[in-house]
Amino acid sequence: MSDPATKETAPKSPEQTIHYRGGGFAPQPRRWVGLVVFIVLILIAEWGTRSGWISSLTLPRPSDVLKTFQELHQSGQLYNHLTPSLTRLAVGSFLGATAGIGVGILIGLFSYIRAGLVPLVAAIFPIPKIALLPLFVIWFGIDEGSKYALIAFGTFTPTVVATYGAVDNVDRSLIRMGQSFGLSWLSIVRKIILPGAMPGILSGLRISLAIAIILLVAAEMLGAEYGIGAYVLQAGSLYDLERLFVGVLMLSVLGIVVSTLIGLIERRLLVWRN
Amino acid sequence: MDIRLDRISHSYDGIEVLNDITLDVPQGHIVCIVGPSGCGKSTLLRFIGGLEKPTSGRVVQVGDPPKDSLNPLTYIFQDFALLPWRSVEGNISLVLEDHGIRGNDARSIIDDVLTRTKLTDFAKALPKQLSGGMKQRVAIARALAVRPAVMLMDEPLSALDSQTRELLMDDLVSLWTRAPFTAVYVTHNLAEAVRLGHSIVVLSRRPGKIREIVHLETPLPDRQYGDAELEQKQKHLWSLMREEARAADTELLHV
Repeated sequence: MSDPATKETAPKSPEQTIHYRGGGFAPQPRRWVGLVVFIVLILIAEWGTRSGWISSLTLPRPSDVLKTFQELHQSGQLYNHLTPSLTRLAVGSFLGATAGIGVGILIGLFSYIRAGLVPLVAAIFPIPKIALLPLFVIWFGIDEGSKYALIAFGTFTPTVVATYGAVDNVDRSLIRMGQSFGLSWLSIVRKIILPGAMPGILSGLRISLAIAIILLVAAEMLGAEYGIGAYVLQAGSLYDLERLFVGVLMLSVLGIVVSTLIGLIERRLLVWRN
Repeated sequence: MDIRLDRISHSYDGIEVLNDITLDVPQGHIVCIVGPSGCGKSTLLRFIGGLEKPTSGRVVQVGDPPKDSLNPLTYIFQDFALLPWRSVEGNISLVLEDHGIRGNDARSIIDDVLTRTKLTDFAKALPKQLSGGMKQRVAIARALAVRPAVMLMDEPLSALDSQTRELLMDDLVSLWTRAPFTAVYVTHNLAEAVRLGHSIVVLSRRPGKIREIVHLETPLPDRQYGDAELEQKQKHLWSLMREEARAADTELLHV
């Protein structure tokens, strides 16, 4: 090692600040940015249709879409379409999600049920459920029954897959802890496996409910007098772009509402997560 | 209540992990089990509590556990095994609920064990808010709540940093001094073994056999950090284990 005396006389080495090269790869919440993107796109569309470089056949004017929506609201027609759609969505997805969570938990818990049902679920999953609508019409009638069944069936499979995956992922050491304290089988399922699987079940539900909305519209397009799907279909066949976009707008809002609701449930139920 | 291991041998997929282990755990004593990694010491602990079955031999309970013991054989795990969705008191009440203890009875047990582990102020906290040392103290409180006859401690301090480990060792010693408990304490850390063990069982590498049982006479509260006699014992243990540990380290894993 050099002593201080030689250090002073030695030629000074060049100094350089070390460049920062860490950071990034960690998404941060940036509120309002999403809203700004929406507003900018709508403003561009409005400006383009007004100044004429977007023809009215290409895209309806956003303000006209809004006006059509207001008319729909004032005439009361809005609720004639919205109420049946929301009912179908609620009933169908409730049936499908409940059955899906139940079956998923059974698959997660019992080897025989897993061996028997996992291949079946894998076989059902890729079937486009809308192709089965004629069959459902025969089984459950042309009325609401077939629509409930279609939505329920479509929500069921993704929920099952997400649920048994979530049960499989519950920390085994917690289950072993439960056994070591002499907890009953039912207590272990109720107090350890179910809450432990909840994050996976909820994120599966997010996907299932989006699928439910798609199926809702498809079912209403094929056979319904009222409903968002029927409304969109009518507008499309008349080439009424304003009304078509009103329908599309309702679907987007529905999607946002559903995803926000699940977000709220997650925040309430999963405070314990990091 | 004593525990006796009676000629226990065990193999996984034809590979022998434990060979002819016979051992007595007398009431009121802490028996430490040390050995190189993979010698089957944690497996042995799982046999004692009935979480796994040995290929041959048996674990015997000699005498009856105290009448008020809810869960005679109670584990403390290396990874704490706390339910992250339950608060500190919720985690303790979990193990009481199945015994039908709720309301005021549960309240008084929870308050008592939280006081003994100095956790009273953290009753409502969630595990994610606690440091590793605090989490293990919650796990100790949970174990105390069921009034175990024998505590089965599986490397309870191995996930903690060395300062926290010292503090928790002091806590364990003072818990034992106030109310002596029986424990089987598995560790790979020789310093912990000589601080807490009344006897230390040294296992050889796979297949694990008892190489030697070292007895320590110094009473637990008199064992201080850096004590010369303890250092001596620790050196002796290390001399027993050194070659085994080296050999175990270079072995291929058959997993």
